[in-house]
Amino acid sequence: MTNIAILKERETQIYHKGIQTFDMTCETKSLAGSISQRACVFCGSRVVLYPVADALHLIHGPVGCAAYTWDIRGSLSSGPELHRESFSTDLQEKDIIFGGEKKLYKALIQLINRYKPNAAFVYVTCIIGIIGDDVNAVCKKVSEEKNIPVLPVHSEGFKGTKKDGYKAACNALAKLIGTGPVGDISSCSLNIMGEFNIAGEAWTIKKYYEKMGIEVVSIFTGDSRVKNIKRSHGALLNVVQCSGSMMHLAKIMKEKYGIPFIRVSYFGIHDMSKALYDVAAHFQDKSQQIMKNAQKIVKDEINAIYPAIRQYKKALMGKKAAIYVGGAFKAFSLIRALKSLGMEVVLAGSQTGNEDDYKILKEMCNVGTVILDDANPLELSKYCIEKSVDIFVGGVKERPIAYKLGIGFCDHNHERKISLAGYSGMLNFAKEVYSSVKSPVWQFLPGKNILQNGNSIFGKL
Amino acid sequence: MIMKLNVQEKTEYTATRNACKLCSPLGACFVFRGIKKSMPLLHGSQGCSTYIRRYLISHFNEPVDIASSNFTEETAVFGGAANLFLAIDNIIKQYEPEFIGIATTCLSETIGDDVPLILRKYSNKCTKSPVIVSVSTPSYSETHIKGFHDSVKAVVSAVARRDITDADHINIFPGMLSPADFRHIKEIFTDFKADYIMLPDYSETLDGPCWSHYQKIPDGGTSIKDIENMGSSLASIEFGKILAEDKSAGKLLEEQFKIPCYSLGIPIGINETDAFFAALKDITQKPVPKKYIKERARLIDAYADGHKYVFEKRAVVYGEEDLVVGLCSFLTEIGVIPVVCASGGKSGNLRKKLVEILPHSQLADIKIIEGADFIEIGKQAKEMDPDFLIGNSKGYKIARELKKPLIRAGFPIHDRLGGARILHVGYKGAQQLFDAVSNTIIASAQDSSNVGYMYM
Repeated sequence: MTNIAILKERETQIYHKGIQTFDMTCETKSLAGSISQRACVFCGSRVVLYPVADALHLIHGPVGCAAYTWDIRGSLSSGPELHRESFSTDLQEKDIIFGGEKKLYKALIQLINRYKPNAAFVYVTCIIGIIGDDVNAVCKKVSEEKNIPVLPVHSEGFKGTKKDGYKAACNALAKLIGTGPVGDISSCSLNIMGEFNIAGEAWTIKKYYEKMGIEVVSIFTGDSRVKNIKRSHGALLNVVQCSGSMMHLAKIMKEKYGIPFIRVSYFGIHDMSKALYDVAAHFQDKSQQIMKNAQKIVKDEINAIYPAIRQYKKALMGKKAAIYVGGAFKAFSLIRALKSLGMEVVLAGSQTGNEDDYKILKEMCNVGTVILDDANPLELSKYCIEKSVDIFVGGVKERPIAYKLGIGFCDHNHERKISLAGYSGMLNFAKEVYSSVKSPVWQFLPGKNILQNGNSIFGKL
Repeated sequence: MIMKLNVQEKTEYTATRNACKLCSPLGACFVFRGIKKSMPLLHGSQGCSTYIRRYLISHFNEPVDIASSNFTEETAVFGGAANLFLAIDNIIKQYEPEFIGIATTCLSETIGDDVPLILRKYSNKCTKSPVIVSVSTPSYSETHIKGFHDSVKAVVSAVARRDITDADHINIFPGMLSPADFRHIKEIFTDFKADYIMLPDYSETLDGPCWSHYQKIPDGGTSIKDIENMGSSLASIEFGKILAEDKSAGKLLEEQFKIPCYSLGIPIGINETDAFFAALKDITQKPVPKKYIKERARLIDAYADGHKYVFEKRAVVYGEEDLVVGLCSFLTEIGVIPVVCASGGKSGNLRKKLVEILPHSQLADIKIIEGADFIEIGKQAKEMDPDFLIGNSKGYKIARELKKPLIRAGFPIHDRLGGARILHVGYKGAQQLFDAVSNTIIASAQDSSNVGYMYM
């Protein structure tokens, strides 16, 4: 046990399986002073739209929001890299008094002239509405003058949570969709949604679908181009990963264009294979071959990685894992993937899970597991210590917590440089976990290890 | 009556592309992390604290907890007082801090929250209340370095008192340096046998050991008692020639308590370190410890050994204005020409301070850019054909494009380990910088040679 106290207001967002009845609060705003690991509405929009590589991303506001998100994701592009630049209107004190519309207009014209993007996204940050800028009007004007779509993204940081930012981004994308030609799209075609091409993951997934005989019209939004997004309504299926960020758009497309969607995950052998089979099943009426191709891919890919996975499993058997991720859907995959490596998840949490997500999480976890919604560093630390965790799977903000406590860490967030999706990604994941858990450096850590090794010459460390 | 404001754009407005600056609340977080048992609290949206946390964590590889008052739409309409109170209460319950530093953001400033006024209405039922200090850091006003210095000043102004009359300690306001720099500065004071109070001091809080037991707030930092005593000091030393033009914490103490303030440049290189040691000698009336005389002598010996390799080599220097001034002082004394000197800051004093340092014969060939962004720096760098770049890791894109080496210094270092361990100051810091500069140049020559000599 630790002496770390939990705030009373936070208690309903923490669930101990097997100890209390399930009644979890979630989808609420973060508690002031709690040090949430969440970011803001702007962050939600920025992460979803960021990988659109041939669009201009202009952040309207003071410089911080743009500076902190410069080249922030590991989303790769096979062509233009305009998304990796950071553009800000960099509002100053006098703009707060007189308004920032003129600067926004000038910045857009100048940047569009210079970089010739195929569309522009204008991210509206906290103070823009308060100072009264009419961003929609400026965007409309520039769009007419420059003849490209200029889309306002209403992502004022305080107007909700990261999830509302996802929605704002989806709404902006929805305005692009339906404006391109669809005549030459195959009858076996899909959009990959909620895949951001971190370390080339979307390319791996796209290759699987193409091998099956399915045309990928657009990826939302990994390595995507404005042109493909515009014609994505011509696809016959939307395959949605990372449900939190893209479900809103999938629903819009279903309503507007009648495109059905299925939810998948590409992490872990089980979920990856299920994704391919589910997609193949969807097209079964049109082509028997697609299912056969899927079966072959699954068989070949599993055969290729299985011997190595078995070795890792041997080494990792019985280790305890903690996971803390943005969307809960990823947590399900991670639990299965870690189980397949012989590991047990003893702490599972997410920033933005909903009630259904947490019900599923509860079913998946063993008795004794702690489930957390919108956790803070103190809670994460408390349960890592109390549950004697061996590896933490999370993002950069959780990494130093793990290392300080002598716990291994695997980055599963959008900044990572290693592909974890697909079968090759599962092998990478196993290797990542193994490299951290099995490192000899932990022997030198103060606390439990040094005491096990006998007395230290340095006294109490 | 309509007031006619005399606001003029000097040049045509351009968007900021790849900013060479950060927003002011980030600077405040540095300072508040450098106070003992302290929690920083940003009064604004959740994103501000989370983004700044991530930015600092990626540099320091340390847990950096920063609280937020977490504005909602209602907060933006009705004001942030209730949220601020709730945040303070929750921080106290969870972290039991001795100090809470509140910094505003663009949002709370724009809706007109008057934090000092709000705080006057705050009271809690706890027996041990932390000291609470607030600072105004609107993100649309100047840069992170302004947020840093304003926070130091706000803390001193709120906490420092004069209640000891025969004190012989010295205040040191080092500015936004690395934990390694802070440790070295403290070592110098200790070796001088001079009592000192350094503010801030994040040498431990942002560069600490692994834990044997859980630490809600990492050990280290300047204590409140020490900050109180800053009002009774013998003298203040403050680094930063650009800062010297401002109403700084040191100046405030000089004005309020007649404590003489020594405004020095950041002690990078021999000349500026000499000035630092001269000030210490002057204040303490003690001789320079032998250790440093030897360190300095070895450094000069190294300068002699390496001078030819670096002579008239061309450097692109960028970062906070005071860091640029400090690095230029060092580069100039070893014969390197800083052909591009750039900062995102716009104090209006960068040129003036650089002109005092740079050789006048070279001035015509040197580009000094105030209010620069990295696209502008890249453009100038390309024209000036440098041998290397020196600055934070955000210049890597330019270095890669130009195929020139980047020597990492300052903040942030996001693409290498050990940003916290980079030593810039003192003779020891100059030694490390000199080795880095000369070996970078030697390596470039070796790597690009057809022969591949194994001697220099």
